Amino acid sequence: MDSFTKNKIPDVYVVADNITSPLGKTTYQNFAALKAGETTVKLHNNQSLSFEPFFASLFNDNELFYPDKEAKYSRFERLLIASVDDAIKQGGIDPFDPKTVFILSTTKGNVGLLETEDEHPELYERVSLSASARLIAAHFGFVNEPIIISNACISGVVGIITGMRLLRAGEYETAVVAGADVISRFIVSGFQSFQALSNDVCKPFDINRNGLNLGEGAGTIILSSNQKYSSNVKVLAGSVSNDANHISAPSRTGAELAHAISKTLYDAGKSTSDIGFISAHGTATSYNDEMEAAAITIAGLQQVPLNSLKPNYGHTLGAAGLIESIVSIQSLKQGLILRTHHYEENGVTNEVNVCVTPTPTTTDTFLKTASGFGGCNAAVIFGK
Amino acid sequence: MIDTFENLNTNALPEDKFITGSCTISNGVVRKDGQTVLEKPGCTLSELLLSVYQSLDPGYPKFHKMDNLSKLGWLAAEILLQDTLVKERYKAEEVGLVLANANSSLDNDLKFHRSDIEVRSPSVFVYTLPNIVIGEICIRHGFKGEHCFFIQNEFDAAFIYRQVNYLMDQDILEACICGWVDVLGEEYKAALYLIEKKNNDKSIVFSAENLNNIFNNNRD
Repeated sequence: MDSFTKNKIPDVYVVADNITSPLGKTTYQNFAALKAGETTVKLHNNQSLSFEPFFASLFNDNELFYPDKEAKYSRFERLLIASVDDAIKQGGIDPFDPKTVFILSTTKGNVGLLETEDEHPELYERVSLSASARLIAAHFGFVNEPIIISNACISGVVGIITGMRLLRAGEYETAVVAGADVISRFIVSGFQSFQALSNDVCKPFDINRNGLNLGEGAGTIILSSNQKYSSNVKVLAGSVSNDANHISAPSRTGAELAHAISKTLYDAGKSTSDIGFISAHGTATSYNDEMEAAAITIAGLQQVPLNSLKPNYGHTLGAAGLIESIVSIQSLKQGLILRTHHYEENGVTNEVNVCVTPTPTTTDTFLKTASGFGGCNAAVIFGK
Repeated sequence: MIDTFENLNTNALPEDKFITGSCTISNGVVRKDGQTVLEKPGCTLSELLLSVYQSLDPGYPKFHKMDNLSKLGWLAAEILLQDTLVKERYKAEEVGLVLANANSSLDNDLKFHRSDIEVRSPSVFVYTLPNIVIGEICIRHGFKGEHCFFIQNEFDAAFIYRQVNYLMDQDILEACICGWVDVLGEEYKAALYLIEKKNNDKSIVFSAENLNNIFNNNRD
């Protein structure tokens, strides 16, 4: 692409965002808690979720998120509504605008309703993601058909990339990208069956890591191609790749995630030295972190400071890419790279530069990565 | 929606793209490029999937471990790509997938949910994600490009058309397998399309209307 045509494509700016998590109900609250070194991953003994105690970051049982007197919305939907509502208010955008699209990212959505509701054909319709998206769109008054992405643990990052592309193509001017997941017995028992859950707090990239912690949360990012936001952080580029190797184990080499990272760097017009830090997927499973470190090394980013927020939030599945991107945007704004909790000693073949103390920075550019079942990988670069 | 033709990447002035192949599986009928290649009226979905597999005889034992959604999509891709040069013509990163359905992985979610909580199986759990069918197709054919699984109330040909157009006009993909793969119990439908920038003797113009025509088996 030459520079002439490149100028024709509108830039995509971050207008506003929200994180609703056990750490806080706004981005500001979340970042303040993270700066103070807080994590919400702890041991839960909740028989409705698991017969065995397990480590996770969960909301309180009675957390409503949004008052719903008519009992119209599920817990998953109330969480999303709370997050989207705050982001819309922060951004002052008009959901009724026909140039606005709503994008919903989730890994398992309302699957927990299978456990709490009587099984009948209407329930199948009720648990569908289209039903959730329709309810939320109606709640806010979004006029366009919502776009729903369910692509395992890269769903949140893919939501951002999809929003960016729709705005670049000129299909819409504003994209409200929201992702959420809540934890049910379905999800806990599934990860337990994989022996993927750590029996302790998770330790990304550490020699003693032995699995992930699950987490609940929602994140919303509002994107716009309107020039009035031209001083805001931009979504510079993004890319998705597939390992074509195994449905539940990552690539043996990391070459495919590396390809997504390199393509994103190229499309963003950035070199490796422009990347101030990496917000890694860093789930703390043996295979993920090994593959991710290899990919980062292949992409030439081995020396770049890197953090994983999984020790703070747990793995929030379809929300993870959004929550971790939003935190990292705050890192740019506040000039502070957050640390990776519980990291002590390198535990991956290709050692990466894990950030262990909060580190002041003047960078204006970061890379977010994600990987998931089905061999999927995603990378996105935010910056000026 | 806003009409912003001036915002489109003019370097990629909407290039001609073609539906160079299709495969639909519904109501016990398998069609390739509009022609019926197999008919099994009155059998269950599992029986249909097995007999399509046996008719292809691909020697791929992993097939039998898949859930019905992955089996359906995998078979449709297998038939779609028969006698094509996709693997020879393109690099692994140049081929991607844009798939959608209404019921996500609910068919297999119910199976996992109904299984004994004490002995839940990771090999069932892994299929509780709709994008696993994309992973299975990528593993089989070595595709490593852009991909995404969307959930839609019903087949939205215009949306799929725009997504694929963008990926190909921006040269993110040179070939794309797109379409619909949905299973819930005995209700199922697959409609996969191969989209390329080069036409062949049986190709038709890539458009939402043509996607819909094939989806509804209206072609010719």
